[in-house]
Amino acid sequence: MPAYRPPSIPAGEITPESIFLNRRHFLAGAAGLLALGVSSRSLARPLQSTESPFSTDEKLTPESDVTAYNNFYEFGLGKGDPKARSGKFKPTPWAVKVDGLVSKPREFGLEELLSFPLEERIYRMRCVEAWSMVIPWTGFPLAALLDTVEPLGSARYVAFETVVRPEEMPGQSGFFQPLDWPYVEGLRLDEARHPLTILALGLYGKTLPNQNGAPVRLVVPWKYGFKGIKSIVRITLTEKQPPATWNITAPNEYGFYANVNPEVDHPRWSQASETRIGEGGFFGANRRPTLPFNGYEQEVSGIYAGMDLKANF
Amino acid sequence: MAQLQAALPQGLRRASVWALYAVGLVPAAWGFWLGATGRLPGNPVKEFEHLLGLWALRFLIATLAVTPLRDLFGINALRYRRALGLLAFWYVLMHFTAYMVLDQYLNFAAIVEDIARRPFITIGMAGFAMLILLALTSNRWSIRKLGRRWGKLHQLVYVIAAAGALHYAMSVKVVGPQQWFYIACIALLLAWRPLRPMFMRRKRAGAAGQHVTPDRF
Ligand code: HEM
Repeated sequence: MPAYRPPSIPAGEITPESIFLNRRHFLAGAAGLLALGVSSRSLARPLQSTESPFSTDEKLTPESDVTAYNNFYEFGLGKGDPKARSGKFKPTPWAVKVDGLVSKPREFGLEELLSFPLEERIYRMRCVEAWSMVIPWTGFPLAALLDTVEPLGSARYVAFETVVRPEEMPGQSGFFQPLDWPYVEGLRLDEARHPLTILALGLYGKTLPNQNGAPVRLVVPWKYGFKGIKSIVRITLTEKQPPATWNITAPNEYGFYANVNPEVDHPRWSQASETRIGEGGFFGANRRPTLPFNGYEQEVSGIYAGMDLKANF
Repeated sequence: MAQLQAALPQGLRRASVWALYAVGLVPAAWGFWLGATGRLPGNPVKEFEHLLGLWALRFLIATLAVTPLRDLFGINALRYRRALGLLAFWYVLMHFTAYMVLDQYLNFAAIVEDIARRPFITIGMAGFAMLILLALTSNRWSIRKLGRRWGKLHQLVYVIAAAGALHYAMSVKVVGPQQWFYIACIALLLAWRPLRPMFMRRKRAGAAGQHVTPDRF
């Protein structure tokens, strides 16, 4: 199989409208089944969105991989656990509390989040474990949400928090607990307001599956995947740098910034290259070079001007 | 169990060792077939690499378990110990080959850097180097040639098992229940070595005592 080929497909052709439409019909049927009580699983519903100039035209990672190969320790340590063990999770109803250094703290219900103008953003996703995907998210810029609560001048950082529901998230219950809950993350305010930073409510044109962080998650495409905190219940603006789960768990391995950087290795593996999930197969050369800021250098390097990116990894 | 052994004719006993080799290699063949036909999910190369590493560890554990099984439960699997050890060797060799060929695509600069700079890979490599020594001397000729030194040399299997467990624990982001299980197995088996002489002395004394007073009961 050929290795890396420069992308040549125009963004608009990647996900033909007809596929989304067909899926919509299928989903209508599926929703009917749910109403009959055939399945207790939350079912995806289609989302309308517009295209974005920020989308890449690289080949999409198959939906079957995007929704089956996940790190979401709230559901278990294995890559297949989030899909296999998230059936009990209830992403609706949902509310996100936005508070801290803002003039208008308040809660956003899920319907309200869905009423922001939604865009499709096809982003590269680089996991800190040296694998990557190309994922069509549906969401809106986090800046739009922050604008509505009017951050105070003293706000410098944004803290995020994942839901804690041991009865629905098997990784949060039992004898062995891999991390301290809730999972928390943080961004500098300028990172949070960057136009590339989005709150995602869907992927592949429909609402997020549980295993991908339903119903709302963060996507920061120039940072390692663990910064993209899932199933968010709280967003707090702060003056001091907030704690971030992996950073406080193993500070020598995971930095607060966690910008994708091929020159700063993880102590246990090189970050110079990555495996694109769903490509290369078993015998193909499946490693490709990792790009600084995951290929978003032009868009974001400005906000780090003058900063030592090796010390602040 | 002595009776059981006697019950197996010589030819069958030898065949059972070959059967162990055949059965032991099934997971590798199965994993390879799944990978080659596109049936391994997510990151097929890593899946295969992990499968081989885990089976290497399992065969190391089985090799170390032979002696305590006989001491404690009277199960004699001594006949299979060489095969189990060699299976562990073959699995590490395949694990290493999968890493070099399928994962790193023979990028030797990256491989050398990994071995030199990543402690968990350095430790795995040290384990592999020792395992090669043991595999090369796992034959009658070497046993005869090396005499007493053969036994000393093959005590390295304890170091290899410890290296394997450490390598495994260090390779993951979070040491979870599965890693603890393997670490615990290997720790118990290693602990058996210093405990064994004491246990055997007691057992012999106990057995002797029973012989002296056979009609007490
Ligand atoms: C005594 C010898 C060895 C044993 C018992 C062993 C066993 C293992 C096990 C059990 C794993 C983890 C599998 C999992 O996560 O499910 C592993 C991972 C790994 N081993 Fe080994 N291994 C050995 C030697 C080596 C050698 C010589 C190399 C290469 C030079 C190597 C390279 C790796 C790599 C790169 C990983 C991690 C793959 C990843 O998750 O990125 N190992 N090994």
